[in-house]
Amino acid sequence: MATITAPAPARRTAHPRPATTRRRRKIQDNLTGHAFLIGAVGCFALFMWYPMIRGVVMSFQHSRRGVTSWVGWDNYIRIVNDPSFWTAWRNTFHFTGLALVLGFVLPFVVAILLNEFRHAKGYLRVLVYLPVMLPPASALYLFKYYAYDPSEAGLFNALLRAAHLPTSEWMQSPTMTMPAMVIASTWMNMGGAVLIYLAALQNIPGDLYEAAELDGAGLVKRIWHVTIPQTRLILALLAMTQIVATMQLFIEPLILANGAGTQDSATSVAYLIYQHGFFQNDLNGAAALGVIMLVVLGAFSAVYLRLSTRQDR
Amino acid sequence: MSVPQYRRVAALALVTGLGLSLAACSTKSEDDGGTDAAGKVTITVDCQPVAAQKELLQNWNADVTEFQKQNPDIAIKSVSVGQQCNNPPDFTARLAGGTTTDVFYGYMTDLQQVLDSGQALDITRYVTKDTVPTWDSVDPALKVVFTDGGKLYGVPVKNYSMGLVYNKALFQRAGLDVENPPKTWPEVREAAKRIAALGDGVAGYSEYSAGNTGGWHFTSLLYSQGGTVLSEDGKKATFNSPEGRQVLQNLKDMRYGDDSMGSRQLLQWGDLLTNAAAGKVGMFIGAPDTTQAIVSQFKGRFSDWAVAPLPGQTGLAKGTLGGGEGYFFKKDLTPEQVRAGLKWIAYQKLTPGKGQFDYVRAKPQNYPVGLPQPLLFANGSEAQKQEFDLRKANANVPVENFALFENNQLPIKGEPRNAQAIYAVLDSAMSGVLTDPNAQVDALLKTAEEKVGQLLAAGS
Repeated sequence: MATITAPAPARRTAHPRPATTRRRRKIQDNLTGHAFLIGAVGCFALFMWYPMIRGVVMSFQHSRRGVTSWVGWDNYIRIVNDPSFWTAWRNTFHFTGLALVLGFVLPFVVAILLNEFRHAKGYLRVLVYLPVMLPPASALYLFKYYAYDPSEAGLFNALLRAAHLPTSEWMQSPTMTMPAMVIASTWMNMGGAVLIYLAALQNIPGDLYEAAELDGAGLVKRIWHVTIPQTRLILALLAMTQIVATMQLFIEPLILANGAGTQDSATSVAYLIYQHGFFQNDLNGAAALGVIMLVVLGAFSAVYLRLSTRQDR
Repeated sequence: MSVPQYRRVAALALVTGLGLSLAACSTKSEDDGGTDAAGKVTITVDCQPVAAQKELLQNWNADVTEFQKQNPDIAIKSVSVGQQCNNPPDFTARLAGGTTTDVFYGYMTDLQQVLDSGQALDITRYVTKDTVPTWDSVDPALKVVFTDGGKLYGVPVKNYSMGLVYNKALFQRAGLDVENPPKTWPEVREAAKRIAALGDGVAGYSEYSAGNTGGWHFTSLLYSQGGTVLSEDGKKATFNSPEGRQVLQNLKDMRYGDDSMGSRQLLQWGDLLTNAAAGKVGMFIGAPDTTQAIVSQFKGRFSDWAVAPLPGQTGLAKGTLGGGEGYFFKKDLTPEQVRAGLKWIAYQKLTPGKGQFDYVRAKPQNYPVGLPQPLLFANGSEAQKQEFDLRKANANVPVENFALFENNQLPIKGEPRNAQAIYAVLDSAMSGVLTDPNAQVDALLKTAEEKVGQLLAAGS
């Protein structure tokens, strides 16, 4: 009987790399990586972290006649006693709340509607995204001079009058200032959110909707039981970024309300920082208010992250 | 080259580039004592007109050329900082960042800010007849504004006071006497009503109420009533007074009683002047040189505009707000640079027949000659006589449109200390009466008084 002997396994000829070569190779790779990182880290350090640290330092200092001295909490005490401090926070929270109701829900609804369309999807997407491409200042000037004109010539007033509804003085009305800023802000910014929602919606497996339909779920139930749970993470992320962004409300009051608006109705925290820093020659006070805002936003983000982590468990 | 090699080269290039740029950022320019390679004393000066101000820019550049010809050891480097040379936020940023030019423009009210920034240079010993030949003729009151603790920190180059600016064309259309403009606020109200009745979006009288300009004009209106913003010692708000109430009541009556101020409010400087240039404003308060802005920046017509003295409640105003501009000198300049800067300012801003007073050159240009201000030189001084004669001989605007203003000089009051913070508060009172038909004048003033009190107590 012939015996077939299996050939002996080929000996591995390649020598394992010596440890020093491997280490050198690793260091080289890391060095390349770090070198690429330097640019980004350098930019962040120079334009983000250094100004932040400098801002915190300045908030505890006072500069007069070119001499800078440490003053402890004086700037904070002074800024909290600023007559517009609490008004600015109240206005900022008011705007954030309204922006959440309108600016958070509307893009989601628009995304769902767009997702339902069978035709002209691309065209509609461009249409929704178009305002984002306009420079914010141009968009706001459009609203200011074209839509919110308090006379009968204003676009919104003309529409309201055509519908036999009462007209408004928009930015000149203390009660309409905030809603008007939210409408303009939502129009300007919702395109980005709509696209993100749309991408999330298109990732939801069609089987889930089919199963829901077989179970007799109508449109609202499908949204409630399928769409929202499936996009929960995106919704949560955008909610947080939107709150952080809207609390930094600045350009809307600056352009639409020429700053503080009628009877301080548009003064936001960020605008108050600008007033102190650049009109009142109070950079230290402005820095203190900036730090207070940072702490508030930081605390909000921390609580939010904690809650969302707990929910995920 | 293999991919990893490419990566390595790219990374190396990146690091080298970054290193070089950081080195470029951090390298302090060589201390050359303000002289260039040819040994000339070099100074940078701001407020050069922008390209859109074609003729003004040409004039500036011609002045630089001529000055350098007369002073071959001095080189002027001009810097433009926008049409409005001192936009407060930009000015603050430049001061805080230490990026002002060697010789830099500022308002009379900016002295404290410049001192606080540590950028101011004491120029007392440099200002002599040698550097500024007309210095003895410059109005002493204007020198005081740039003086602190007995030291001079700036040179005045322009001044203004407010009057009633009115549109003659609209006055005529409304059947009003252009030679006899309103002298009191009740007369302004009557005239405004008739002008607004022309319709077509015309406001009889227009006023600011945003961006701190509302507070600025409230102050002037208050001065016209004889009121004050702060107490003598600057520790107490004093505008919640019968005079302050009268100011707001007059405005509220015109806005909502007569509907003679137009529907567009929350106006700032440029908004009002744009409307004025478009022929939509009958009257507003301002300095004579606002007519220049209306013409050169906002495309209005000189012939339409005239200026009268500021009205008061029962006769002419008891006082009017005044202010002006000047040039500061950056700390660390060499004595040669300071002298060079002073010589340049003396040439371009303080010499009758030269620079801003070169009326022969300005006459054929779209630039006004014959406005009653600035009045930099003291009454009766040699320079004042020269400037006045030249202005009269070369006037290209109807000087009679400014005669009432010029012949009825009112007491001029300066701005309050910490003006911008107070103006921000007073904006709210102004916007209140101009945008809320139910606004309570007493409540608005009380709130503003409390807020200013808080500001003063906090030492802001």
